[in-house]
Amino acid sequence: MIGLNGGGGTISIRDLTVRYPGAPGPALTRITLDVVAGELVGVIGLTGAGRSTLLRCVAGIVPHLIPATVSGSIHVTGLDPLVEPVGTMAGRVGVVLDDPDSQISQATVADEIALGLESLGVPWAEMVVRVERALEEVGLAGLGDRSPATISGGEQQRLAIACAMAMRPSVLVMDEPTANLDPAGCSAVFGLARRLSRDEGRSVLIADQDVERLAATADRLMVLDAGRIVADGPPGAVLGRPQTVEALAGIGLRVPQVTELAARLAGPGPGPGPGPGPEGMVLPVTMGEAVAWLARRAAGTDAVG
Amino acid sequence: MSGVVPEMRPRDAMLSFDAVRFTYQRDAPSAIDGLSLEVAATEVVGIVGANGSGKTTLVKLANGLLRPDSGRVTVDGLDTGRAPVRTLAAHAGLAFQNPNHQLFAATVAEELAFGPRNLGVPVDEVESRVGEVAAQLGLDGVLELHPYRLGLATRKLVAIGSVLTMRTPLVILDEPTTGQDHATVRTLAGLVAALRGAGRTVVIVGHDTSFLAPLVDRLVILAAGRVTADGPPRLVLADDAAITEAGLEVPQITDLSRRLDLVGRPGAWRALSVGELADAIVDSEAVESEARP
Repeated sequence: MIGLNGGGGTISIRDLTVRYPGAPGPALTRITLDVVAGELVGVIGLTGAGRSTLLRCVAGIVPHLIPATVSGSIHVTGLDPLVEPVGTMAGRVGVVLDDPDSQISQATVADEIALGLESLGVPWAEMVVRVERALEEVGLAGLGDRSPATISGGEQQRLAIACAMAMRPSVLVMDEPTANLDPAGCSAVFGLARRLSRDEGRSVLIADQDVERLAATADRLMVLDAGRIVADGPPGAVLGRPQTVEALAGIGLRVPQVTELAARLAGPGPGPGPGPGPEGMVLPVTMGEAVAWLARRAAGTDAVG
Repeated sequence: MSGVVPEMRPRDAMLSFDAVRFTYQRDAPSAIDGLSLEVAATEVVGIVGANGSGKTTLVKLANGLLRPDSGRVTVDGLDTGRAPVRTLAAHAGLAFQNPNHQLFAATVAEELAFGPRNLGVPVDEVESRVGEVAAQLGLDGVLELHPYRLGLATRKLVAIGSVLTMRTPLVILDEPTTGQDHATVRTLAGLVAALRGAGRTVVIVGHDTSFLAPLVDRLVILAAGRVTADGPPRLVLADDAAITEAGLEVPQITDLSRRLDLVGRPGAWRALSVGELADAIVDSEAVESEARP
């Protein structure tokens, strides 16, 4: 395992409420959340639900660069991003945004990665090693001398991830990291996130729309609606019950297609209020689970779940 | 046979690429490499390909922003190599993948009004179009805001809206669903259905096959600047080799249908939506239970 800044990545948030100046209501309301080192957490919610605000708070971007009134507490690898300068947090928390061209400023891909390392005071010889390693890890080896403006949108997105990774942060926050990527690029990013968390002990928070990939990859999913956490748990528990399929649809979100299929085949859920419905029924949330679920259904051994 | 060969294609074709080649820099590989493709009037066509397959170059050729090095592109019968971009703008509307490349007005309302006003549409008519499109895309609440105060997802909707207000017969959407949440994706699906109902020709470019499969008449796969598959989505999504070679993925539900052996369905059958597969499974179970003694 490589040395991470600040040891393993743990995030601890208590009663976090964030309000932007002039906004009618809070962007986040009383968020309480713990992420342990090595955990990969998917954050889902509609545009404006507070996902980006949450990720930016973890990095200290809110309130230091984007002004906001914040109450409650946050600890990230033992540091308080509400107090620490953004520069200090930058060594601990890597940030990847949905808009890679807004993060790019240098003449070459390698310089782009080196920029953050310079700001951390990393010596030259080590910088060269880290730049090469980061390029390899995201599949951009050999492109170090290219201008970031001439690589594709998908490559720019991977460059943004390489920039974050070269700093060896113990926490990585990714806001819509696959928005510009084709399926191969999406798989690469999710695979990377999985490896960085499970194998290297980082904690990773990903806000993404790709609920199929999140269900198959994340340890945990968190659903935000209008600034509040409305569900938090393993993908099967958050997505895979008839009640949650309906509840998520009610707030404009969807479950994986295989889960929606199983929910339809299983028939209506228990509906509002307590009822005799199949409370304990669990629907598949991944392809493998769906194939097994349909096989059980076909065999008639487990027709309702 | 001599004499009258009726003009078979140009009349019906809203968009036509004939052996088109385009290269950005000398010595670089062609971004579009001898591509031929026709989209008939009122058709809804999805063009899918990996990053770098030539999708964005293709749409820029389709509205005259780029002109072919060789071959011919026509839009609504106009040769893009000859017709001025201004003229083409009344025939083909393109919503860019990155709205930052498109938006410039001080308010959303002005952004939506700019196109039709520029085409000489009367003021009253411009206003009514702005109102209609804002309602369709859920932009009523932000009409007086500066586009840059909006999030990327909403800015993309504004960019799409500013194309819709021009009421061009051909509407081209470049990656409309990237970064959009499910509620907005549903709005976009409704929009495409409405455009279809209004008899407009729609070309949607992207890699989101789960959005496109149930919506389009035809799916075209682009790889390295060439068409590698073209046909009804059910057939194209069953072409595993073409999908894999192009670096694409089929919708999860299509993939699941591929793994099932359903009574009464040919082995190559592919579901395009959750509803389709649910119905097919129920049908298959009914057939099986009847067959049981």
